Amino acid sequence: MQVDQLYQEIILDHYKHPHGRGLRDADDPAASVAEAHHVNPTCGDEVTVRVATDGAVLHDVSYDGYGCSISQASASVLHELLAGRPAAEAFAVHAAFVELMSGRGEVTPDEEVLGDGVAFAGVARYPARVKCALLPWMAFKDAAARAGVDTSPTEVQG
Amino acid sequence: MTTIAIPPGMPQYGDVPSYDVAAVRADFPILDRKVNGHPLVYLDSANTSHKPRQVLDVLREHYEWRNANVSRSVHTLGTEATEAYEGARAKVAAFINAPSPDEVVFTKNSTEAINIVAYAFSNASLRPDADPRFRLGPGDEVVISEMEHHSNIVPWQLLCERTGATLRWFPVTDHGRLDESGLTDLVNERTKIVSLVHMSNILGTVNATSRITQRVREVGALLLLDCSQSVPHMPMDVVDYDPDFIVFTGHKMCAPSGIGVLWGRTELLAAMPPVLGGGSMIETVAMSGSTFAPPPIRFEAGTPPIAEAVALGAAVDYLSGVGMRAIQWHEKQLTAYALDALATVPELRIFGPNVPVGRGGTISFALGDIHPHDVGQVLDSLGVQVRVGHHCARPVCTRFGVPATTRASFYLYTTTEEIDALVAGLEQVRKVFA
Repeated sequence: MQVDQLYQEIILDHYKHPHGRGLRDADDPAASVAEAHHVNPTCGDEVTVRVATDGAVLHDVSYDGYGCSISQASASVLHELLAGRPAAEAFAVHAAFVELMSGRGEVTPDEEVLGDGVAFAGVARYPARVKCALLPWMAFKDAAARAGVDTSPTEVQG
Repeated sequence: MTTIAIPPGMPQYGDVPSYDVAAVRADFPILDRKVNGHPLVYLDSANTSHKPRQVLDVLREHYEWRNANVSRSVHTLGTEATEAYEGARAKVAAFINAPSPDEVVFTKNSTEAINIVAYAFSNASLRPDADPRFRLGPGDEVVISEMEHHSNIVPWQLLCERTGATLRWFPVTDHGRLDESGLTDLVNERTKIVSLVHMSNILGTVNATSRITQRVREVGALLLLDCSQSVPHMPMDVVDYDPDFIVFTGHKMCAPSGIGVLWGRTELLAAMPPVLGGGSMIETVAMSGSTFAPPPIRFEAGTPPIAEAVALGAAVDYLSGVGMRAIQWHEKQLTAYALDALATVPELRIFGPNVPVGRGGTISFALGDIHPHDVGQVLDSLGVQVRVGHHCARPVCTRFGVPATTRASFYLYTTTEEIDALVAGLEQVRKVFA
């Protein structure tokens, strides 16, 4: 197993230059805002994801945390893919990412759906690191549910 | 390198006990394998050690030749199995210089051994007629330290919750040493037990115990030493160290997993109420109530890990054959070498003593702000196996302001070439995350 399959340039880029990092207040005072804090107990990685939504659209997905390159790059990709998206689409992307990470490297990712998330295909071959990649996504799901979003996925239009 | 001549009559360099490391390595079949196309460089023995052929052979021989349950059969196999099991107990007792094999309780691991003592306190606290040394209540204190493994924190937290006693702890200094400055306040007439790690699994610090033992005796408390990281690596003499209990685990000392040891003074074990109830641990059972076997069997309910115990006996034989003093010296030399070598790596920060004195061969470090998971992953791609994370000692990480560390740990089969491979691997890590 080559380690550069795991540490794709895209992942290292997101790690070194994260997008949308930092927890933000909602622009719209009427928006429903909720957050979730998830921890990986085996390594101490932590991430907090905050969702601001009107129930139909995710106005913002902001985050903060610390941890390895995989978990922090994954949070950056999560923000890039989901912030500003209709909730139903966001959960379709979420489902695709979870499927990719659960695929042990057997799932071919759809770049139209997952964008930079395809770079995580190599991570799925390292069972010890799948949890790192999923940490922000699981926190996102909890945060969205707490903000009152229906978290069942629908088909995403590419 | 210049060699300083030591005057005659003084201990000479050659007096240091030693052994043939290459010959020892040949006893460990796993050391021949490759990992990700590279020779295995196993630097995670503080997590679990490898097993020599001599131990694996005994394990196999036990199942192939004398497999039977112990202490309950009159047949030949049962008798032979019981002799092997009790023989292992005697070997372990001799290994730590216990006055009697009956002071050796076989457990699953160190965690279970500590829990047995904690639950004995708990159970005694519910019985007014129990030995007062084991009775805990509000106002009583239990003392641990900030450098404990979770297994020597959580059982005491739970015990204090159940009994209303107060948990207190020794802090750790910036150099990773136990801060004993508050000893007389921390250990006082309210203290019932001090449970302290002998060698830290994350900092590598070996705690000097004599001042603490003396204070514990002054106040009439009990002392438990968690020797999970020390018994595998240095000679242990329970008479000399003079604690009340020690715990250690087989899998870190060339034995299989699933077998550990609680050593306790005979009269203390005898004063402890049972913890797990079941077969073997009884004297007589009636529907109206039961009486209990004397130690050590009182604390070994159910069928024990028989083959694992026998294999632990073989591991003790193996380690004694190499010589614990020689193993200790080998690791001391490795540690000195590694501390010097790691000092050459830019941005590397060691947590714990940075001199090879009062410490063992377990070194935790940070490499710049590169996350330990990433350090460990790149090292793994080069065949170098280190542990990353909080090492089940999260308070230590908090103390030093990091969520996790990378840890390299050595054993009798570790070589300086493997430390060189670690240092070269760390250069590679720095390149990937530059």
